[in-house]
Amino acid sequence: MFGTGLLKGLGVTLKHAMDTFNDDREAVPDRYRGSLELGDNRRVIQQPIDQEGLLTIQYPEEKRLLPERFRYIPMLIWDSEKHEDRCTACGICAKVCPPQCIWIVRDSDENGKPVTRASEFYIDAAVCMSCSFCVEFCPFDAIKMNHDYELAVYDRYPQLVYDMEELTVPLEYYAALWPTQYDEEQTRRREEEEQKRRQAEEKARRVATKNAAAKEPTAAGPKRSAAELQKLARERAAQRKTQTADGDKSGDDAAAAKKARMEELKRKAQERARQRKLESGE
Amino acid sequence: MSQATAVAEPPVVDIRFEQELADAIVGAWAEDTQKAYMIAPDKILAVLRHLRDVEGYDFLSNLTCVDYKGYGGKLRNDVSERLEVVYRLYSTRIGGGPISLHVRVPQDETVPSATAVFPGANLQEREVYDLFGVKFDGHPNLRRILLWDGFNGHPMRKDWQEAYYEEDVKPFRSRHPKGEYAFHEDKLPWAKNTTYPTGWDPDSWQQPVAYVPVSQAPHHENEPHLDTESIVVNLGPHHPSTHGVFRMLTRVEGETILALEPEMGYLHRNHEKIGERNTWLMNMPFTDRLDYLNSMSNNWSYALAVEKLAGIEVPERAEYLRVIMAEFGRIVNHAWSIGFILNDLGALQTPALYAIEEREMILDLFEAVSGARLMCNYMRFGGVVRDLPAGWHEQATYLANDRLPRALDELDRLLTENEILKARGRGVGYLSVEDLISLSVSGPMIRAGGLAYDIRKAEPYGIYDRFDFDIPTLPNSDIYDRYYIRLLEARESVRILQQALRDIPEGEILGGKGGYTLRAPEGEVYSRLEAPKGELGFYLVSDGKTTPWRYHVRSPSYINLNALGPMSVGYKIADAIVILGAIDIVLGEVDR
Repeated sequence: MFGTGLLKGLGVTLKHAMDTFNDDREAVPDRYRGSLELGDNRRVIQQPIDQEGLLTIQYPEEKRLLPERFRYIPMLIWDSEKHEDRCTACGICAKVCPPQCIWIVRDSDENGKPVTRASEFYIDAAVCMSCSFCVEFCPFDAIKMNHDYELAVYDRYPQLVYDMEELTVPLEYYAALWPTQYDEEQTRRREEEEQKRRQAEEKARRVATKNAAAKEPTAAGPKRSAAELQKLARERAAQRKTQTADGDKSGDDAAAAKKARMEELKRKAQERARQRKLESGE
Repeated sequence: MSQATAVAEPPVVDIRFEQELADAIVGAWAEDTQKAYMIAPDKILAVLRHLRDVEGYDFLSNLTCVDYKGYGGKLRNDVSERLEVVYRLYSTRIGGGPISLHVRVPQDETVPSATAVFPGANLQEREVYDLFGVKFDGHPNLRRILLWDGFNGHPMRKDWQEAYYEEDVKPFRSRHPKGEYAFHEDKLPWAKNTTYPTGWDPDSWQQPVAYVPVSQAPHHENEPHLDTESIVVNLGPHHPSTHGVFRMLTRVEGETILALEPEMGYLHRNHEKIGERNTWLMNMPFTDRLDYLNSMSNNWSYALAVEKLAGIEVPERAEYLRVIMAEFGRIVNHAWSIGFILNDLGALQTPALYAIEEREMILDLFEAVSGARLMCNYMRFGGVVRDLPAGWHEQATYLANDRLPRALDELDRLLTENEILKARGRGVGYLSVEDLISLSVSGPMIRAGGLAYDIRKAEPYGIYDRFDFDIPTLPNSDIYDRYYIRLLEARESVRILQQALRDIPEGEILGGKGGYTLRAPEGEVYSRLEAPKGELGFYLVSDGKTTPWRYHVRSPSYINLNALGPMSVGYKIADAIVILGAIDIVLGEVDR
């Protein structure tokens, strides 16, 4: 009979409407099952896979609970146990980055010799495609994906060009966002360190016995003792921390400082471009 | 409804040519990776015709071009011609692998147009003309397609450089260790980066509309006594129910379409040029952005091509994971597609929203496993990048065994018997399946015309030969069947998912050497899979370096648009919107 198909279809919509209506009249509607109440209508929602009824999430009051592996913009890890940046400025992240949105300035010591530390680290978040290759290939677990996705600003430049300060987060932050992966990683790192320590001891013992056999007085030790180095690192870290703290005190100052830094970079780039032009005789 | 399908035969390796074509083959190419025949330019049409009529290779799948200027490999030491036009043909009747043909062209020479034998070469030859500057003799409508007329140069040529050119190959040296990166905005502060072709004036130029109709002849001879006038209507850019920024240039008489030309390129970003600058691995997240509703299939297709080229093994568990992700992706795509066909018909929102309820849950699963809902970037050469998190398998099993079948049944009840849908869809947009094949159309469209051709059966990849599933077909080749075939295919996907989730073994998920540098051996490969929209293929040429020499995407959305004009002629202008909707295009893939 003409019209049965239509009626059948309308039955489906009616069923949907009734389901939602009934679901909404319950004390806890299906979509709020297992969600985290923050008060003031704000919730973090974890939609169960067998959810019925209305699926809409009232963003921004309500937000989804993000899965651990959610990836957005990278962040740099400050190792709070060792009080240092994990990043060694090896540049692998900048090399594997598909849109080439990472650029790094390697730090140098007072003699101008490069050291394994970054003095500048930029990520252009407007270019970043959230692929997480930098995380996959970082050998030092120094770069991870942040879950923070509400990044809207008025200007792309310089606000969306993140520098080291904006990118750096403490290890605990990462541990809270990525608990499973963090645990696995810590276990692995401890094992590796243990192995390294054992190897070093073994080597030291071998050297000692060899030296004893040769009956030679040991030559000059390392330029600085381990304790001295650690002290130095601590001082540097403290220094940097105060800098960061200063920056936090007045956001405007920090932005102005950053802008100035950017302007400086820009000026340098222009300088170089001019130089190149002169050299090429144009 | 389903029927026995063409199952793979061993691919035909040698062509047996008649006497008069004996001298057509002038050599072979890339015999170590995927053998191709070198054909004399003046014989190419005869060879194509012979392959189509005698050998049964009726499907011109991929037509593209390679610029070998500055090629570093060893295979082309004594070759002077710069460009090579590449053809790949398949048989929809016997299945199996391709026949690959190359034609060498000096820089300013022309090639006979294959449109005389395969009308489906239309869009692909226009693309080659646009991006490489190769002219095709006898092409009915050889205009630029992705770029506009005022674009200077042919960007896929190796010596063409973009306005923000940095280096030929990534990683760029400016990023580390000195961090000397300069913003593009600063390099060209007044945006004086526009150049025009010589003798071309932007002020006097006018967009030619007079060429409509171009590739289809108007047919208003049937009522010569009426003094009517046809007019040109521009549908778009944007509206055609907003599948993206796309334009349909139509000539209508009353409401009847006399001719229709698709105009595209608004989202063009020269994906392929970027792909040639990238290392092999860097292209993986870029493929996500092609058909952004199905990043899993795109990843897989690219990974398949590179694995074939470099000979990388994939562990068992990774194969299962790939099948699971791709089939979930197919359901997501078909749900969207059904929703949009109904949207285009005027059934605004309700069917679309019902159709995508379960899509949200599948996307949640994608996010839990890969970290992103759409841009999954999940596959790597030799497997997948992350294993399933705790609880994923149970959730997916619940979806596949319980929720998805129920949801598809509900969609079926909601729509299939609907009299309005039948009235609008039956007999609209008809094109015979033979015409569709000759227009290089693939995917659900040809199965809705009655031909059971599915690459998962015809040339199985991955582990599809292990699963028990059918290829549904429908006989009518109209809008209604194109809607319904997608529902049936989603049901088959559910069947595959149930089997895959039941049988998935434990084990490794990533084979090969891993790492971020890959050097593929010199040669070329074309690899394809049955993406939800049709045949998605990647054509890769390697000269043994860390970046692809040529990276070409055979995107189903783009090539299926060949049929849009012929399908729409004679129907009403309101039907054209649905006809486009039923092709199921994604502009990220059309414009690349």
